Amino acid sequence: MAEERTFFNEMLDDTGEPRQAYARLAQWLEDKPANFLTKKSRDAEMIFRRLGITFAVYGAQDAAERLIPFDPIPRIISASEWRRLSAGIDQRVRALNAFLHDIYHRQEILRAGRIPADLILQNEAFLPEMAGFTPARKVYAHIIGTDLVRVSENEFYVLEDNTRTPSGVSYMMENRETMMRLFPELFQSHRVSPVEQYPENLRQTLESVAPDPAKSNQTIVVLTPGIYNSAYFEHAFLADSMGVELVEGRDLFVDSGKVFMRTTRAPKQVDVIYRRIDDAFLDPLTFNPDSMLGVPGLFDAYRAGSVTICNAPGTGIADDKAIYAYVPDIIEFYTGQKPILNNVPTWNCSRPDDLAYVLDNLEDIVVKEVHGSGGYGMLIGPTASKREIAEFRRVLMANPSNYIAQPTLALSACPTHVASGVAPRHVDLRPFVLIGDQVRITPGGLTRVALKKGSLVVNSSQGGGTKDTWVLED
Amino acid sequence: MLGRTASSLFWMSRYHERAQNVTRLLEVGFRGAIISHSGQEDGTHWTFALSCSGCEKGFAQKYDELNLRNVAAFMIFSKDNPDSVRHCLELARNNARAVRTSITAELWEAINTTWIEFNEVNPQTITQERLPDFLAWVNQRAHLFRGALLNTVLRDDGYFFSQMGNFVERADNTARILNTQYWTLLPDSDIIEDGTAERYQWSAILRALSGRRSYRYAYPNARLKAFNIAEFLILRTEMPRSLAHCYDWITETAEDLAKFYGSREPSLDMAAEISRDLSEKQMREIYQQGLHEFLTEFVGRNNQFAQQLSEDYNFA
Repeated sequence: MAEERTFFNEMLDDTGEPRQAYARLAQWLEDKPANFLTKKSRDAEMIFRRLGITFAVYGAQDAAERLIPFDPIPRIISASEWRRLSAGIDQRVRALNAFLHDIYHRQEILRAGRIPADLILQNEAFLPEMAGFTPARKVYAHIIGTDLVRVSENEFYVLEDNTRTPSGVSYMMENRETMMRLFPELFQSHRVSPVEQYPENLRQTLESVAPDPAKSNQTIVVLTPGIYNSAYFEHAFLADSMGVELVEGRDLFVDSGKVFMRTTRAPKQVDVIYRRIDDAFLDPLTFNPDSMLGVPGLFDAYRAGSVTICNAPGTGIADDKAIYAYVPDIIEFYTGQKPILNNVPTWNCSRPDDLAYVLDNLEDIVVKEVHGSGGYGMLIGPTASKREIAEFRRVLMANPSNYIAQPTLALSACPTHVASGVAPRHVDLRPFVLIGDQVRITPGGLTRVALKKGSLVVNSSQGGGTKDTWVLED
Repeated sequence: MLGRTASSLFWMSRYHERAQNVTRLLEVGFRGAIISHSGQEDGTHWTFALSCSGCEKGFAQKYDELNLRNVAAFMIFSKDNPDSVRHCLELARNNARAVRTSITAELWEAINTTWIEFNEVNPQTITQERLPDFLAWVNQRAHLFRGALLNTVLRDDGYFFSQMGNFVERADNTARILNTQYWTLLPDSDIIEDGTAERYQWSAILRALSGRRSYRYAYPNARLKAFNIAEFLILRTEMPRSLAHCYDWITETAEDLAKFYGSREPSLDMAAEISRDLSEKQMREIYQQGLHEFLTEFVGRNNQFAQQLSEDYNFA
């Protein structure tokens, strides 16, 4: 059996004393009666359900809406920790945007031999249709959610860059609102950086990349696949908090190279589309002809420069799992600096040597699908049974290039409300970054927590929960 | 505003109104069933509820026996019955969800909480003893919805479309109930006028349209008469479920909408015309034309108006 792994405890140091940022919270937790958090959790659930803050689980029988479990104990990040993190994120998102501009133009990085050309040009996420086109301000990925894990006092690793349509920001906002309702006294005793400016920042970002940024009244829309999408609540939340229309593909049409929405009166021209649908569903004329979701002619209007699509089509190449291993090279190539945040060492199963190593070490490592997401189709060696490993070995050998592998990281743990009281549970962190006229990183983010003891899978589709994330001010 | 948003607000209100109407018909059917003294369960009362709500045919296809359990299952909880309370509440909520950004938090919470709590109810537990409380609860929730709408929603185009949906449905409901029972409302029915002709259907119709009490204020001698009941529910504007009242509201809303957009569309003129016809009519003329013919024509015009509205404002 796997022995107890050691991990970094974010609240307590090795002697069992609370770390400085957690000192007040630790005391507060100690002072509260035993059933206090249980009651507060129930209050929180009631709030979430009434507000309709729900998500859908794909493939589940009752595909209807569920709540993501909410843990009422905040996760705390000190001001100095955050400064380092945000510098690393800033560096990374700038490099990724430079990379996107390059591979859709002169492809210097391929000419320099830093990335194998096939890995880009043969990649499904690479859109030849984008070649030679330059979006406003040369920004491709305007909204990024960088997935991070912590393994020690000073070591953070980036797991994924999420440059397509990252979700979860509405949970960051609603978790904070709920915490302020539940525990006003904790906010009095901590100086917590606010997150409520996010919608305003998002709107500024979108306006700054409009085809004509000087225009005074930009028409911005959020494009959703509709009410059955798992993140529909978030789409509605963002449109509402920015004060813009929430549209579906059928609400938009293209006429004379411009995009319009169908209103109760005259059609209204749209300047910026914050799309929450995948590339393949944007425009049936250019991409997937079977799609019912898209807007025929949208891509031509985009290329003609009459509308901005955020994130740009084709940004998926920057968070492709096969490209991930090259991100440190990408950062050095475009910024001339060493990466501030670590990349997780990654084996590409398409390479015979890497595959051989992966097959020999399945019990110790994590294997993921190149194009997978949400914790589906992955193997976590150390917690998997012999049978699961044998099963996965077969699947992996059948199609090795579909997989990458990484060492199992000892995710840090935060105090979490569990049946027996308060116990450490493993967490990750997704801060949200906006890139337009400037790079804006909201202090905080979404902390996901694996509620099962010892579990390292934080995905909500696999029983993970969320926490409010506090960045303290100096 | 998106055409689709206008459509969703219209149907959100319309389905909520329908859910409440179906509930009220069930209340009437239930009341009739428990006070009938024939010793056996009398099916007429349930037939009244089923036919007035347009559920009669669907019910007959699914059930052989006319009793409380079957009728309640079909009219409240059935997923196959497009007019069941469940189906109406679900569609009302789906429409609200599609326009989350255009409705207030209070309104959304009212709709969403109704749906969540409705779903927590196990149909098996709604026995004869619990049915009245349960129906009263649905009714209360529908009132809460409308209260939240009236009290919190901005008076812009979205509000106007929600009112249209509400009153088109209400007018349709009133006209259909009257038309299903029109023969009991022919003035010949109480030709002897000795009071014995007071029929079960009369008070049932009034109850189904929340008019049992207010009728007595509107007609000081308070005696139920077919002529008065028909007049009350068709022409008296002070009765909030009369056809005239519904079209007063629709016409006022249409004027607001024209002012809001700065232009008049054909549907607005249609509404004004229907409203004018109702205000100029006497009950006697309606009987001369034929009550059934009049009501059938009204249902058709009401539908045409809704159709024209959806064309004029690009309901998707």
